[in-house]
Amino acid sequence: MTAPLIQFVNLKKSFETQEVLKGIHLSIYSKEITAIIGKSGTGKSVLLKHIIGLIHPDSGEILINGEPVHLLSRGKIKAFQKELSYMFQDNALFDSMTIYENIALPLVENKYYKKNKIRDKVMDHIKELGLMGSEKKFPAQLSGGMKKRVALARALVTDPKVVLFDEPTTGLDPIRKKNVHTMIKEYQEKFEFTAVIVSHDIPDILNISQRIAMLDEGIIQFEGSKQDVLDSQSTIVNAFIRGEEALAKK
Amino acid sequence: MFTASLEKIGGITIRLFKSCGRLFLFFIRGFINAFILPIQFNKIIDQTWFIGAKSFFVIVLTAVFTGMVLGLQGYYSLAKFGSEAGLGAAVAMTLVRELGPVLTAIMVTARAGSAMAAEIGVMRVSEQIDALKTMHINPVRFLFTPRLIASVISLPLLTALFIVVGILGGYLSGSILLGINQYDYMDAVIKSVDIEDINGGFSKSFVFSVVVTTICCYRGYYTHLSSGFGARGVSLSTTNAVVQSCIFILIFDYIITFFLV
Repeated sequence: MTAPLIQFVNLKKSFETQEVLKGIHLSIYSKEITAIIGKSGTGKSVLLKHIIGLIHPDSGEILINGEPVHLLSRGKIKAFQKELSYMFQDNALFDSMTIYENIALPLVENKYYKKNKIRDKVMDHIKELGLMGSEKKFPAQLSGGMKKRVALARALVTDPKVVLFDEPTTGLDPIRKKNVHTMIKEYQEKFEFTAVIVSHDIPDILNISQRIAMLDEGIIQFEGSKQDVLDSQSTIVNAFIRGEEALAKK
Repeated sequence: MFTASLEKIGGITIRLFKSCGRLFLFFIRGFINAFILPIQFNKIIDQTWFIGAKSFFVIVLTAVFTGMVLGLQGYYSLAKFGSEAGLGAAVAMTLVRELGPVLTAIMVTARAGSAMAAEIGVMRVSEQIDALKTMHINPVRFLFTPRLIASVISLPLLTALFIVVGILGGYLSGSILLGINQYDYMDAVIKSVDIEDINGGFSKSFVFSVVVTTICCYRGYYTHLSSGFGARGVSLSTTNAVVQSCIFILIFDYIITFFLV
């Protein structure tokens, strides 16, 4: 097996007196979809934000291509971060900008391309994600599902190598949830990016992920493939898959 | 009991120093970004429109009535000594040196400063600032720098407008309503105001523009640290931004006046 693209080694993070991550060991492999599952409030989003540098660990290490982040030069860290993209749980769309401006923003601000190329690229994503006719609207004028698609378009428009999805289907109906999952899977196969998805959507998330990690009580309780999850003898994993809180506590 | 009180005072002091340090660094980051290419022309023009052009009527209205009140009060005070002819000088000096810069800054704080704090505060609590970071966009450069430059451009211009309209307001109440000779009024205005007075007024206006924008943007940007999250956090940071800006305008007014006099 190839070396992991991103690796967490004994990562710990506390907020004031609350210890959220108590020693995370996790490997994320290139061009795979890794799902991080677990109950709400267990620190899944906190873990994801460590990858993009929005949160820094109290102790432990994050390794990028086998090299500890703290030993990497600033330039290397910046170069890696430029390959990342993040889709927020609540979309984090800019409500005073139009849909077109929202999607174009990372390209315009970072001067990745010339004006015409940016326009073509943004319009391609608008078309592919079924947002035609919405480009001049504002986020407040769109439904929840459409906002998710705008956030997805914005996350993908820079052709990232790693995309981090923080609960991409929160607040969607079952059909839209399935659509978003299918869309992520299709795009991942088409563009071959590495995806890390924080989700509760069982069993959908198991069907699109090559690797699943379960976070509970501040540590990774389980890491493996979909079949490993289904074959797991762990009480915590089985209880979560079946949605049984009481059993998990036992 | 004594130790607990000391701990509390110590805690407050540390928080205060931390906050001051953060505010200073926030300003430095915004200031340095003003010189980093490419210059954000479109955003600066948008903000100049919002802070400057859209404040036009508020400033004109405030200035007219301030000038008229000055004319009215000045007339009756000077009449006691038979010096009504000096009304123009009194109105002009008060407006150029003090009221013009101070009231303009306070009106801009109320109209544009509060909006800056609220807008940036909402962006903070809805993770839009984090989203900027994930897109490799420097949030301070994106949100604060254009507003800082726009304020530095707009506030002195609005102050000039305030002074001119205020002098006309004084003329309206002093000459048109109370009958002071029009020539005497305007002559006193022209003869009384030196270039040092104008420079002093505009120096204040320049400093106020930096103070107001830095405090308002800082309050919005760090809403989550000082005022908490959600709608309540944004409303608190907006209120704090306006109150603190007004206090600091008056403090800096005193300091600058002290050195100018």
